[in-house]
Amino acid sequence: MAGVTASALTTEGSPAPSTANGPGPAGARGGVLAGLSRIRWGRGTVLLVAGLYFLVPIGTTLWFTVDNSPQGFSLDAYRQIFTVPGLWPALQLSLLLAAGTIVLVYLLLIPAVVAVRLGSPRLRTVVELTCTLPLVVPTIALTAGISDVLRWCNDNLAPTPFYATFLDAQNANFPVVLLLAYVVMALPLAFRTLDAGMRALDVRTLLEAAQNNGASRARAIVAVILPNLRSAMLNTAFITLALVLGEFTVASILGYVPFAVWIVNGNSAGQGPVTVAVSIVSLLLTWVLLLVLSIGSERRGRAQAQH
Amino acid sequence: MSTAPLSATPARRRPQRAAAGRFAVVPLLLFVAVAFGVPALAMAYGAFTTYNPGKPSQYTMGNLTASMQGGYLDALVGSVKLSALSALISVVAGLLVAQAVVTSRFAFLRKAVLSASGVLANFGGVPLAFAFMATLGNAGMLTTKLHLDQHGWSLYSFNGLTLVYLYFLIPLMVLSVIPSLDGLRRQWREAAQNNGATGWQYWRHVALPVLTPSLLGGFVLLFGSAFAAYATAAAMVGATVPLITLQIATALSGNVDPNATNIALAMSLDMVVIATLVMVVYIPLQRRSARWLV
Repeated sequence: MAGVTASALTTEGSPAPSTANGPGPAGARGGVLAGLSRIRWGRGTVLLVAGLYFLVPIGTTLWFTVDNSPQGFSLDAYRQIFTVPGLWPALQLSLLLAAGTIVLVYLLLIPAVVAVRLGSPRLRTVVELTCTLPLVVPTIALTAGISDVLRWCNDNLAPTPFYATFLDAQNANFPVVLLLAYVVMALPLAFRTLDAGMRALDVRTLLEAAQNNGASRARAIVAVILPNLRSAMLNTAFITLALVLGEFTVASILGYVPFAVWIVNGNSAGQGPVTVAVSIVSLLLTWVLLLVLSIGSERRGRAQAQH
Repeated sequence: MSTAPLSATPARRRPQRAAAGRFAVVPLLLFVAVAFGVPALAMAYGAFTTYNPGKPSQYTMGNLTASMQGGYLDALVGSVKLSALSALISVVAGLLVAQAVVTSRFAFLRKAVLSASGVLANFGGVPLAFAFMATLGNAGMLTTKLHLDQHGWSLYSFNGLTLVYLYFLIPLMVLSVIPSLDGLRRQWREAAQNNGATGWQYWRHVALPVLTPSLLGGFVLLFGSAFAAYATAAAMVGATVPLITLQIATALSGNVDPNATNIALAMSLDMVVIATLVMVVYIPLQRRSARWLV
């Protein structure tokens, strides 16, 4: 939109200097200005079309949730969020899984990222490759593999004492299978985020300073490195939360009903407006999270540039 | 007295530190081996074996052959076509939007588009499907207001799905191409203009050749994410458009034929092969684009 007004201003403003400068140079300059204004129009069109394409679906979705055809405007869909059956258990499951995923990602990656920063380049290659591997296996393929493993366990573990553990891992209240899959899916992005945060620190100097002051290595990491890594850890948590809240593939195929699966099931069960309202609310929450993230990282970037 | 322990300490600590460093990586490697390695190997093994409960499984190429025939092949081809087309359109559209933003005098516009792209690139899955169903679905607002259905429009088709995929692919392209556009030096354009080149000639002979690796890299990245996408299509079209992800899901959840699971595993292996090719092409392209555009 801003681009459109800008191009309009340019074309309106352009004749003024050329008439003031007399006929000679005005011809040449008019050519340049004509070229410029054409480019600006092109830019305005591109931004307008893109703006429409990206804003209209969101606008109509909002309209869909508040438009109750015969009566007109109504917030019923949003009111029903608090009473519709099944939503809260599903959301609870998703939040629980997200918390578990974030904790596991921290426990696995933070020591590894510190070690990579201090260790040999070969160690970095190994860890980087390990964390990138999941990108080669699309989520649906990972799901197929998991369901194959579950099938094998179901066929072969029944007579053994492991069977109880196997069933526990699939407990619908807290499916460990899903937790494992989500951690795998979160690894590539989480590693890059934490690693980038760690690169900004002079880990070796910080650790040596702490140890010279008598801190043990573990204490140095917890008390000195982690506080400095706070924003990268927060970013990782946000990204992981967004991933788990929106995850549909693994959960739906393995037969669990977290948030995203509930939305789809509810929609096909005829609870249309409520589920769309829920998905809008979840979307807005995720967006606010991500916007806070991007503003925060921009602030940090500016602060670093000033240093 | 005091120098001896000081000089001894680093010597004693260094090997211990290296050992501790490697030890810290072990949980991660173990976890990936179990949570990722086991399913991945099971998938590869299952793709090449038969499945009979109670009997030992036998080696076969039948699953892979089946995954390359009939409806399964249609699904694979459909996925490749959809991903290629939507990635191609997104590369062009993303480049146009990014160029419009980069050359803009308004810092605010750039900031807003970058933030929005970061958000929209993550806007996949179920909410995206719902947004388009409310807009352009059979009872969607634009469909009814503009009577699009009378002109043969259907969201639940190949073209409809392409239109939806652009919604998260274009922002992804904008994000990945803006650094490259920033890397195009103003001097290159000025040099071209001083030599009498038109805007078109500048793009044809200077900018595009420099951008080619990053555009190709972007295409490959978009292709990969469109190819792996499942939730949007599942929530939107069910099974009316043949896609390999939908086909795998149907084969996994249907209990019709126990061997269908193994065909699903073979299709998954096909997907992994394609995804690996994508990564193999992408990584060198990214390095190459980094060479010019520092």
